[in-house]
Amino acid sequence: MTTDVRPMFDTDELVINMGPQHPSTHGVLRVVLRLDGERVVGSDVVIGYLHRGIEKLCESRDWTQIVLLTDRMDYVAAATNNIGYCQTVEKLMSIEVPRRARYVRTIMAELQRIASHCLWLGTHAMDIGAMTVFLYAFRERELILDLFEEYCGARLTYNSMRIGGLPLDLPPGWDRKVLGFCDVMEQKLVEYEELLTNNRIWLERTKGIGVIPAEEAVAIGLSGPPLRGSGVQRDIRKDEPYAAYDEMRFEVPIGKACDTYDRYLVRLEEFRQSVRIIRQAVEGLPEGPIVGKVPRLIKPPAGETYHAIESPKGELGYFIAADGKSTAPYRFRVRPPSFCNLQALPRLIQGHLVADVVALIGSIDVVLGEVDR
Amino acid sequence: MMVDQVVIPALKILIVLNAVLVGVTFMVLLERKVIAWTQARLGPMRVGPYGVLQPIADVVKLMTKEDITPVKADRWVFSVAPLIALIPALIVFAVIPFGPEVSLFGRQVALYITDLNVGLLYVVSVASIGVYGIILAGWASNSKFPLLASLRASAQLISYEVAVTMTLVSMIVSAGTLSMVGIVNAQESQQVWYLFVQPLAFFIFFVGGLAETNRAPFDMPEAEQELTGGFHTEYSGMRFALFFLAEYANMIVVSAVATTLFLGGWLRPFPNVAALSFLDLVPAWCWFLAKTFVFLYIFLWVRATLPRYRYDQLMRLGWKVLIPLAIANVVVSGLVKVLL
Repeated sequence: MTTDVRPMFDTDELVINMGPQHPSTHGVLRVVLRLDGERVVGSDVVIGYLHRGIEKLCESRDWTQIVLLTDRMDYVAAATNNIGYCQTVEKLMSIEVPRRARYVRTIMAELQRIASHCLWLGTHAMDIGAMTVFLYAFRERELILDLFEEYCGARLTYNSMRIGGLPLDLPPGWDRKVLGFCDVMEQKLVEYEELLTNNRIWLERTKGIGVIPAEEAVAIGLSGPPLRGSGVQRDIRKDEPYAAYDEMRFEVPIGKACDTYDRYLVRLEEFRQSVRIIRQAVEGLPEGPIVGKVPRLIKPPAGETYHAIESPKGELGYFIAADGKSTAPYRFRVRPPSFCNLQALPRLIQGHLVADVVALIGSIDVVLGEVDR
Repeated sequence: MMVDQVVIPALKILIVLNAVLVGVTFMVLLERKVIAWTQARLGPMRVGPYGVLQPIADVVKLMTKEDITPVKADRWVFSVAPLIALIPALIVFAVIPFGPEVSLFGRQVALYITDLNVGLLYVVSVASIGVYGIILAGWASNSKFPLLASLRASAQLISYEVAVTMTLVSMIVSAGTLSMVGIVNAQESQQVWYLFVQPLAFFIFFVGGLAETNRAPFDMPEAEQELTGGFHTEYSGMRFALFFLAEYANMIVVSAVATTLFLGGWLRPFPNVAALSFLDLVPAWCWFLAKTFVFLYIFLWVRATLPRYRYDQLMRLGWKVLIPLAIANVVVSGLVKVLL
């Protein structure tokens, strides 16, 4: 005879579905959380809700048409995607890009970094409950969108690069407007910092949350601000300079405590460094052609290449294989920073509370368009 | 006799109740406007000039919305929970003194519904029933996010209620009475607002008030970004509106009680300075409303400025900071009272 011994109170884990429709998962991320009370004991990140098969689509498109598809990956920093793709093809075909085009690309990339970080700051602060910062950050992002609108007519998906250079020269007076924006941005950064950096609640909510030591960050494959927040000095702009970064003077901020607060500080400092780079690039903008010597029919020689740039979210890499015969890539593969950084999420949220989960999703700064492609 | 005991109280209740409900709807507009201005926006601008008729449009919208009860919800509790949240918030107004006795149409009329000799106790006990509405709503929805919200609400309740009640004890020590009218009169006779006598109690009461009304930075039970609306996730239409009404009515209650306890209720500023006696030309109830409004504005201001606490951090704040401070405050107030 066996006795059925039961504890007086059963404790069960609560399985809760965060997303794909949830205000703080930044799109259609789904996180299945197993909770003990409010503490996360296990999690499962489900992606794929925004999969459009962009990589496969690219393999059946003309080399020039692909620029437009790359817009749709990280849609908050579309120009950065364009630059990454164009540079990869240029590397494959050994095309020399004129200096002016490289400078303009640098300006565009840094404007996109600020725009992307504005969106990150706004949504991250909003997730933690500071909703005013959200609207302040969007106010400044709007100025960048206006600048892009003036340059290429679009506000979100720019299609703003061409293989070998730029589609258009800068509109007259654009450079002065960019400098004006730099002044505004520097003032507004002080405003953001006043609201958050030394705010007791902000400190309590972000310090010591989601600590990921440097070795582990490297092992998981983090890149961009999350990696630098863990104290690893790695920035492709410095390490393998592309566009005009080798001619720019800037610093790469890194964090110490490896937590959410340090990732926040790193990104805030990146705002400043971006403004600094834009100033230098606009002031030193050379005259000259905007497109290099590009054949009428773009058909790279057979071969394959990988080229990575530092997107606002981390290492954005393109692997492209050409067979030398067709006018479309044989294989097109993207290494999106959001996808790789998202791997760290289950590790980060383990043992934290539900309220920290949203803070940590924000702290990694993912864009689902890029994760799923 | 009949007039004094039935008609006048009934009229007073009618006026206060309507004023509160209308005030609440416009409070929503005020909140949207104040926060919009803080955030470099305009807020509602479409309905009426500068959007002043927005509350009416909101009410009409909420009334005509479909009222959904989830299939698995506990129907009875689900429908009664919004009322449990709202009614205590409204009946607290019975003891709020809006002004002293005045003569109206040749009659002495007191500008409060009633003056209980245990008014403060009544406020505390009734106001703490309101949170049951939230707890039951989260439970009855039979859904996971609301359940987490109601857990948070119960944890929160224990953390701040003790501290707030302790501060009230020190107020009683200062005033020597539990009656709300008595407390205002005590401030008049001692010629000082209790804000200056008991600044610490004021601070604790205000923080506790933010937590009691579930307002930012203590809006964990709602926490839209974490719990997708928290306890009212499954509510819609007018039942949802009742929770909304309750939240804003509670804000007005906390502001009104704080005004009575700490800002001298209906008294004019600096009641001890004779040179300012021209301020008495303004009716006393106007002073009361103005002071309450200041509090309400601070509520909105805080919401627009601060991030949200985590609920374990609120509990730490409640147990490790507010309650020891409140107890120390009671002891010090007692000693001062006895020794001086």
